[in-house]
Amino acid sequence: MADRTPSAPARVAVRRTYKLYLGGAFPRSESGRSYPVTSSRGVHLANAALASRKDVRDAVVAARKAFPGWSGRTACNRGQILYRIAEMMEGRRAQFAGEVAAAQGMSEARAQGVVSAAIDRWVYYAGWADKLGQVLGAANPVSGPYFNHSQPEPTGVAGILAPAGSPLLGLVAVLAPVITAGNTAVLVAGERAPLPAVTLAEALATSDLPGGVVNVLTGRLSELAPPLAGHADVNALDLAGAGELAGELEELAAGTLKRVVRPGLHDDWSAADPGVARIRPFVETKTVWHPMGV
Amino acid sequence: MEIFDYAPAPESRSIVTIRPAYDLFIDGEFTEAKSDERIVTLNPADEEPLSEVAAASDADVDRAFAAARRAFERVWSPLPGAERGKYLFRIARIIQERARELAVLESLDNGKPIKETRDIDLPLVAAHFFYHAGWADKLAHAGVGPSPRPLGVAAQVIPWNFPLLMLAWKVAPALATGNTVVLKPAETTPLTALAFAEICQEAELPPGVVNIVTGAGGTGRAVVAHPDADKVAFTGSTGVGKEIARAVAGTSKRLTLELGGKGANIVYDDAAVDQAVEGIVSGIFFNQGHVCCAGSRLLVQESIAEELLTRLRARIERLRLGDPLDKNTDIGAINSAAQLARIRELAAAGEAEGASGWSPACPIPERGYWFPPTVFTGVTQAHRIAREEIFGPVLSVLTFRTPEEAVAKANNTQYGLSAGVWTEKGSRMLWTASRLRAGVVWSNTFNVFDPASPFGGYKESGYGREGGRHGLEAYLG
Repeated sequence: MADRTPSAPARVAVRRTYKLYLGGAFPRSESGRSYPVTSSRGVHLANAALASRKDVRDAVVAARKAFPGWSGRTACNRGQILYRIAEMMEGRRAQFAGEVAAAQGMSEARAQGVVSAAIDRWVYYAGWADKLGQVLGAANPVSGPYFNHSQPEPTGVAGILAPAGSPLLGLVAVLAPVITAGNTAVLVAGERAPLPAVTLAEALATSDLPGGVVNVLTGRLSELAPPLAGHADVNALDLAGAGELAGELEELAAGTLKRVVRPGLHDDWSAADPGVARIRPFVETKTVWHPMGV
Repeated sequence: MEIFDYAPAPESRSIVTIRPAYDLFIDGEFTEAKSDERIVTLNPADEEPLSEVAAASDADVDRAFAAARRAFERVWSPLPGAERGKYLFRIARIIQERARELAVLESLDNGKPIKETRDIDLPLVAAHFFYHAGWADKLAHAGVGPSPRPLGVAAQVIPWNFPLLMLAWKVAPALATGNTVVLKPAETTPLTALAFAEICQEAELPPGVVNIVTGAGGTGRAVVAHPDADKVAFTGSTGVGKEIARAVAGTSKRLTLELGGKGANIVYDDAAVDQAVEGIVSGIFFNQGHVCCAGSRLLVQESIAEELLTRLRARIERLRLGDPLDKNTDIGAINSAAQLARIRELAAAGEAEGASGWSPACPIPERGYWFPPTVFTGVTQAHRIAREEIFGPVLSVLTFRTPEEAVAKANNTQYGLSAGVWTEKGSRMLWTASRLRAGVVWSNTFNVFDPASPFGGYKESGYGREGGRHGLEAYLG
């Protein structure tokens, strides 16, 4: 029997509050709700905000507001900021590893590997920012005295349902390519293991990433995904974590002809060189014509 | 008497510590040269010695190549691209952190204004490493085949006009693609390359990946002719470029050359004149005209020539020549006595052949190497100052009547590096650009650079491109 005699602890730890990340701020859900998050073994870890449909709409407004600024940055500057995210994650490595280990029930060493891969993925996409145009763009040899040139441009606001089984690496693997191209995002964290997403939001908030470029919601997939998929001001939808809801959500997305990425696209999150596979769905191609002649 | 005089606004030298002497940087360490020969590097603005560096002998160059080969085989080429890239990101970050120190050092050793080293050279150097860092793990997407391979050891020789920037243009793509390098900086501007060697140490770049051998022409010849070089990259004069092309002929070495230029800056009658004047000024007086892609031939449409030249002279009268470390300085010192002599000789030839030169009344400091901004009018295509690269602040003005004549005159040169087109009509700009035989065409701007933008020449301005996706090709097989 443990000794149950009360004794004064030397110091009481300060616990973290896990909140939403909306427009660069960390509010609780407007609904005032939260839900308990447990480890893979069922141990209570924290209470996460239980976001509402209204939070989804607020997040879309924030993402739309951030779009002109973020897409208007030079590609080089976006790359620098993405690299800064990697730097900030490296500084919080222990925290990420602890959360990943608890969420996925893996050893500390394996969790460290996952964190490294997630950091490296930001570095990878940091390098893509100013190379996309050269890989996806072209000068087109049209038959006539015209200059004709095509360039990728960001689609706009993307809704992302983060993959459920990979709360850090999978999350980074779907989020990074979207903002690399200059889109802004509303991200719904995996319902069961949302804590790494909130910690990532805290890293993003200190990375020179403008507020609103990434908005992170935690809560019930079934509650948050339909209003996001049907929202008229969302331009693209990544269904990586949609699970059984995928078909229904794609149907909702059809209402405004969103660009939809179905689950299963390059979903080996540990693949180190995913190329432009996850960027391409989130860009439009713009072609400019101009006559040539004196 | 002006109403307001400029007060001196010098950038402090105290941010830089220059050692009295530097050794060679081989295999990750500063190491004494086998030769006793030393080279003194001067501040061209006051002719005071800054430091002395070793003149690497053939034996030193051998050691550098041996280190580079070892590093290539054992460390650098087996390393995954993503990890190579991280070293380059580190280097980019350290350059950003030490940018002001490097800018001051560059201005001291080269003579160019701090305004340019601080706002142009250094930001571009850091950006160049950052850009290429991102390619290191994406080479399969670069359009040069599914599994591009590095070539091996690159022998690189760079000029004195943009010492650290030219180093970045050479080293960043070579390293990103998995090659190792032996680099020789210019004889008169070795100091920022040696500071870069310290940065490689700070970044913990594996020993031997970057080797820096200082010296003069003899060292340069030993570097480019070294039997263990798989690739030679040279930026400098067309004369030396031809020598190098002869030297590698018959070998399996790959070669890229970025050589001289005699860029035409074409101003049509519908151009925005004030903008054009700014572009002409930056085209020829940027970096004292020590720019291979300088717009050294102004081709102006006859109907607006008089008005344009009046405004151009008024603008040039406002340029400030003097202390390179003064933040107000527009035109710094000429890099060396030898270069000053070359500029003087060509300017004298301009007068002798019948063109007429004009310079503003501008005070010239007593010590140091200086040449005032100069504009020659009445220049014909036969004049030496219209044909030969002066590599100084000297502009030759010619006129034209039709777009066809402008293009014909612009292309009437052995060179083909850069050109400018000033017009408010997009179709005319594109028509002109499509007919110019030059590797870079700037329209309604001049002398802008970006790591994402390929740079290099047609004809005797060299071959190969640096920067952008196209620049990677030079280092991949």
